[in-house]
Parts: sequence; C-alpha cells; structure tokens
Amino acid sequence: MAQEAMPGTFLEGIRPTYIYKVVLLGSTSVGKSSLAYRYVKNDFKESLPTVGCSFFTQTLNLEVATVKFEIWDTAGQEKYHSVCHLYYRGAHAALLVYDIANKETLNRAKLWLRDLEKEFLPDEIVIALVGNKMDLAAEREVATEEGEEFARTKGLLFMETSAKSNHQVNDIFMAIAQELLQRERQKASAPSLHGRSTVDLGESRARTGCC
Amino acid sequence: MMAATPSSSPPRSGTPQPPDAAETELAVMAVAASTSSPECRQGGEEEEEEEEAAGGVVAAPTLSPECQHGGEEEVTAAVTTAAAMTLPGCRRGAEEDVTAAGWRCRRKHVFVLSEAGKPIYSRHGNEEALAATMGVMMALVSFIQSGGNAIRAICSEDRTLVFEQRGPLLLVSVSRTRQSAAQLRRELAFVHEQILSLLTRGGIARVFARRRGYDLRRLLAGAEAVLDRLLSGAAADGRLLLGAARCLPLPAPLRRAVSGALRRAAAAAVPAPALALLAAGGRLVTAARQRALAEGGQLCASDLHLLLNLLGSGVGAGEVWTPVCLPHFNPDGYFYAYAAALGEEEEEEGGTGGRTSGAVTLILLSTEREGFYAAAGCRRHLEDTLRVQGWLGELAAAVRGGAGYGPSRPGAPELRHFLYKPLEGPEEMQQLPQFTSPELEDPYTSEEEQHRLFDLYHYLHSRVHSPHRPLRLLYHVAEKETLLAWVTSKFELYGCFSPLVTKAGAIGVLTKLLRWLKKEEDWLFIRYPPPYCAAPARPEGAEAEG
Ligand SMILES: Nc1nc2c(ncn2[C@@H]2O[C@H](COP(=O)(O)OP(=O)(O)OP(=O)(O)O)[C@@H](O)[C@H]2O)c(=O)[nH]1
Ligand SMILES: [Mg+2]
Repeated sequence: MAQEAMPGTFLEGIRPTYIYKVVLLGSTSVGKSSLAYRYVKNDFKESLPTVGCSFFTQTLNLEVATVKFEIWDTAGQEKYHSVCHLYYRGAHAALLVYDIANKETLNRAKLWLRDLEKEFLPDEIVIALVGNKMDLAAEREVATEEGEEFARTKGLLFMETSAKSNHQVNDIFMAIAQELLQRERQKASAPSLHGRSTVDLGESRARTGCC
Repeated sequence: MMAATPSSSPPRSGTPQPPDAAETELAVMAVAASTSSPECRQGGEEEEEEEEAAGGVVAAPTLSPECQHGGEEEVTAAVTTAAAMTLPGCRRGAEEDVTAAGWRCRRKHVFVLSEAGKPIYSRHGNEEALAATMGVMMALVSFIQSGGNAIRAICSEDRTLVFEQRGPLLLVSVSRTRQSAAQLRRELAFVHEQILSLLTRGGIARVFARRRGYDLRRLLAGAEAVLDRLLSGAAADGRLLLGAARCLPLPAPLRRAVSGALRRAAAAAVPAPALALLAAGGRLVTAARQRALAEGGQLCASDLHLLLNLLGSGVGAGEVWTPVCLPHFNPDGYFYAYAAALGEEEEEEGGTGGRTSGAVTLILLSTEREGFYAAAGCRRHLEDTLRVQGWLGELAAAVRGGAGYGPSRPGAPELRHFLYKPLEGPEEMQQLPQFTSPELEDPYTSEEEQHRLFDLYHYLHSRVHSPHRPLRLLYHVAEKETLLAWVTSKFELYGCFSPLVTKAGAIGVLTKLLRWLKKEEDWLFIRYPPPYCAAPARPEGAEAEG
C-alpha cells in the first residue's frame, strides 16, 4: 500500500524509501496546524484557521527505511467538510485530533472515524486518535482514560500531545511510521493477497501524482 | 468586463427581485439645507467641469484653469452629533476593549442576515448580540416587500442605510462614511461575492432549501476574518473604489524576468493552471493567464480581488490547496487554488521569521481537483529558476525594502497623496485593471485621518461618476486639504493637496505627476501580463512531479 519511491537496493545500501500520505482531521482550532508546524518546523506560533488544506512534507531517516511523510493538514471548518474526501482519499494514515479541553471535539473526531471506516478497509489505513492541548490541564474536559478507552475499542493508536509545549508530537508521528513499516513487513512476508505490494514500482510514484 | 465599470454604475442584475417591484427610496430625515443635488455636500468651494458629450477626448493635460462659478456652500458642521438612529450595536462599542474598534463601530456596520432574519455576519462585534437589530431590519424589509416594493436605501443626515438582497441573503450597510449609496452597495456586493467564493451560490441555495432557518454561520465560521479583511481594506485603499488591483512597484527588468519565468513554469505544468499570480502583502507582483482565459477577458478584477483577499497576504506555513469559487466567472463552480510562499528556505535564513516581510505568495488556479501535485511541481520549477538566476533574492529584497513609494517621489511638494488608474495601455494590461498610489504619510498616518481622506476620495468619485451629471474635473476644497479629481478616457486620477493650493496650482501639480507616472509606468504597473498556451498533455507515464 505504500509508495516506494526507489528500489530498495538502489541508493543507500538496502534502505528502502517509503512515501506515506498522512491526513490530519478534526474540528476547527483543535490544533492540527499547530501539530503539523511543530512536527515539521519544531516551532509553535499563532496560526489562522486553515483555508482548505495545507500540505507539508517531512522525511524520517530510520534504521530500516527512509520514510517520507506527505502531511495533509485539513481545515476543520465545516464549509470544507464537503471537500474533505478530496484530501483523505488514498491516505495511508490519519490523525484524528481533538482538544482535551473541549469535549465536543472528541465527538466530532468519532464522526470522522465513521467517515474513514466507510472509505477504508481496516488494514488500509493506520488511524491515531490524538488528544491535543495537553498543557491545558486546568481546563481538561476529556479524561485521558476516555480517549484511551475509545481508541482501544476501535483499534486506534492513541496519544495525548501538546503542540505548544512540544509534548509527544514527534512520538505520535514516529508511532505511525513504525506501525506503517510493521504492516509493510507483514505484507512482505505474507504473499500479497491485496496485489499492491511494494514491488510494483513502475506505477507507484505516478499514483502520487493524482491523489 | 465588469472591472472596468465605474463603481457608481447600477448594481448588476443578478439580484432576483420581484420584476415589478417599485423601488422605494425613503428619505427618513429631511436634510436641513435645501440643496438641489441628491448628495449631501459638506465641502467648501467646488468647481466642476462637465463631461463632454463625446466622452471627454482630452488629448493633452493642458486644461485651462478657467474659473467657473462654483456655487459656494455653507460648510455644514463636519461632525453631526445628532444620533438620530443609534443602533444597539453601537453601544457594544463600549464593551469592546479596543477603543479604536469602538470608534470604527460607529463608523460603519455591515450585516449579513438570512431570509429568516438569522444573523450571519456582523463587521463589528458579536452578531448574536445583534440578533434583535437584525430582526428589526428583516421585519422592515419584509414589511416593504409585502407591499410589492423593495427597500434599497434610507438616507438620514448622518447615516446611510443600504439594503441589498442577494438570493437568500440580505446584506445591510449602515454607514456614516461619505460613501454614496451606490458605493456602499458595491461594497456589499463584494461581501456577497466573497461569501460565494467560499460556498458558491448553489452551495448556499442547497442548505437553505434543506432548511430555511439554517444557521449559515456554521458554514461561514472562520470566514469572518476574510470578510473583515475585505472591508478594512476597502476603508483606506483604492481597490474596491477603483475596481482595480494594487500593484507592487518593481524594477522593469526584474518584473519582466519574473513574469517570463512564471509564464514558462505555468505553461509547462500538466495540467497547466488557468491563472498564475505572484503577490506580496496583497499587492500584485505579476500575473499570467492561459491564453484562452486572457482572450476571453473573462477573468475580471473583482474575482481577482476576492482571490487576492483570500490568499494573497500569505497563507501561513505549508502549501495550501483549496476549492475557491470565482463568482463572476462562474458562481456555481469551484476552481482549486494552490498557494504557497516562494523561497521558504531563504525566508528562514533571514532569521527574523518575518513571514510578512519578504514573503511572495504564488497563487495558481487549477480546474482540476487533482491538480495539487502539478501545482506544487510548478512552484518548485519556478522557485528553482528564480533562485538560479538570483531573482528570488532580488524580489524578496524589493518586497522587504518597502516596495512602495512616498508621495514626495514624483517631486511635487504640494502633493500629499493620490490614486491613479490608467485606462489605456497594452491590451493585456487593460484586462488586468490596476492602480497605483503612494504610501500614506503624514498627516494620514492615523486610522482616523486615513478614513477621512478616503471619505473624500469616495465623495469625489461618486461626484465624477454621478449617473445624472458625470464630471470630468472636480476641484474640491475641504477643511484640511484640497482635492482634484480628473477623469479622461486615458486615466482616472484623484489628487490630494495641501489646503492652500489653487485650482491652477493643483492642475499644474497633476500635470507634473502625470509626466512622472508616464516615465515610471514600467516600474509601477504590470504592463505586459503574459498570456500562455497550455502545453499539450504529455505522454502518459510522465511524472507530474519534477
Ligand atoms: N494551549 C495550547 N494551545 C494550542 C495548542 N495547539 C494549538 N493551540 C492553539 O489553538 C488554536 C488553534 O490552533 P490551530 O493549529 O490553528 O487549529 P486547527 O486545528 O489547525 O484549526 P483549523 O485550521 O481551523 O481546522 C491556536 O490559537 C493555537 O495557538 C496546544 O497544544 N496547546
Ligand atoms: Mg489548521
């Protein structure tokens, strides 16, 4: 399911490069853009609501592989919902972000999950539930356990983060990378039933061009 | 093309109104001075020259400063204290922290409400708190509609109320500025079009068809900032008034080089964008259009303005990809817009983190929803070319170094400020209406003074474009300055001078200014916005990304 940009044995010895499309979903102002900015630029600054969608890339050099994330930071505002499928189509991973100081945003994240479940088979996409603004402990409306429990029942990765104080932001993306690579390995060992393993290189990069 | 039309022209007929509805102009308060002209004049002396029948074929700027008998009028008190129609909204000003905001609050309100009377947008403060006011407005409008009439404007001594019904939306302006009803109506049209640019006409119709009482604020959440920017831009800038884009002055060779690079990068992309723009701080650096679009002249200035207002002042980090509707082009369809800052790396090395300082934004308009990677490739291609040639640095330096100019630049000390819109030039240029004006300097540094200046510009503009009695030349002595408006078939020019300048003196200064503008036209304007042909589709298998 991943797009391998180069044959594994091409450049640096045996380390393959994978390109993964990651989409950030969630209500407006839960901190999606702030998370992306923290992750990509390691900085935090006030941001305006996103217009449509913002695109970032980040490359991770891991021991076993190079992972290039193409991050689609979507706008949480309702007017963009009708076009959101435009952004999450073909995604390899999704971060469902809510604000721990706003209960309603967790409910909204659950709705996003329903949308994703309609679009993807469970093994087609890695989904993480992310409770952001962990630094706002005094205003917390969603207990850690509540998010954790929901993630567990749905088989999602889970973490609480703070883009502001840089808490667990790298970690959540790293966890996603590890999970994606893990799935990659499973697929490689079990002969591909889905037909789209990382072998069909000819087609893989071009596919990025259209989604 | 809509853009070239002076803003005092009647509103376009897109407004569904009962065909036989008589339009009622209500004069709520009798204006004390019995002036014969419909406008309330506040100025001192005025002299005017009427438009010549043939459309004013003024060849050379050698008008004789011949005096006409301009009727001297009593200067009505500049500040009318009569608060005949105090709106509850104004009281909220006291609750607002920023006193300046409170002051503006009293200056102009803009409201958008649904047919059901639900508040959608208010320029100042919380529209929720204004629900009662809006309810009254809606009641007023429907009361008059029930009589088979449509309410258009209410003029009182110190306020003008303008109502504009557009589809299921009612837009209202309550203004104490000196903008004419026609100018206010045009501003409301812009607000409406900016809303369409986000939601499309069909999109709005659909939600209201489903539920008449729908709270459109849900869909417009976050768009307040975009509408606020549009309206505050209108308050002290000529964009909306002149229906033209404000250009960033740039050395001609650099502009030519950058334009060429933009055209080539755009033409090489597959699919090629319909339109490619470079902007900095909301000002246009250059634009390139697909030939088909350029020839049709279909991309008009007001659509461009909406696009620049939405994306042209910088878009934050990352590359933006968003659906956007250009309502004049097609009110029901979406384009997909790509926007990103050019030269991110250079910007970061600059250190100051001033995203606003040297940031040039590239905007590409695509008809393809899947066009993101092609657009991103186009940006990289352009960036590489500009970087290799050293133009990227030059461009950023030009923007950072304050690409504007002061009013003293043309070398006429009496000149305090001006607005200049050329009406002729290469054909490509005419399809991209532009204007130039110097930076606002002393005494126009405070917001209050800027608003006062633009009030005067609005007043002059409405006088020279009066449908009843268009003028070619208007000399206006105001309290603290003297202004001269001059409209020919070749240009539209508004100059502001120190108060003591005579009419002959003012004409002399503008003549000098016109010479300077002519000399600097390649620096001031995008004279040859390049059209391009889309490249034929490349053989399949070609990568969209470079
Ligand atoms: N205290 C705190 N504030 C945060 C954190 N992350 C983001 N914010 C603030 O929350 C607000 C919204 O952040 P954004 O990143 O713009 O939110 P978003 O989810 O991208 O919003 P949309 O683009 O409208 O969907 C901003 O004022 C941020 O400064 C965080 O971890 N802690
Ligand atoms: Mg955002």
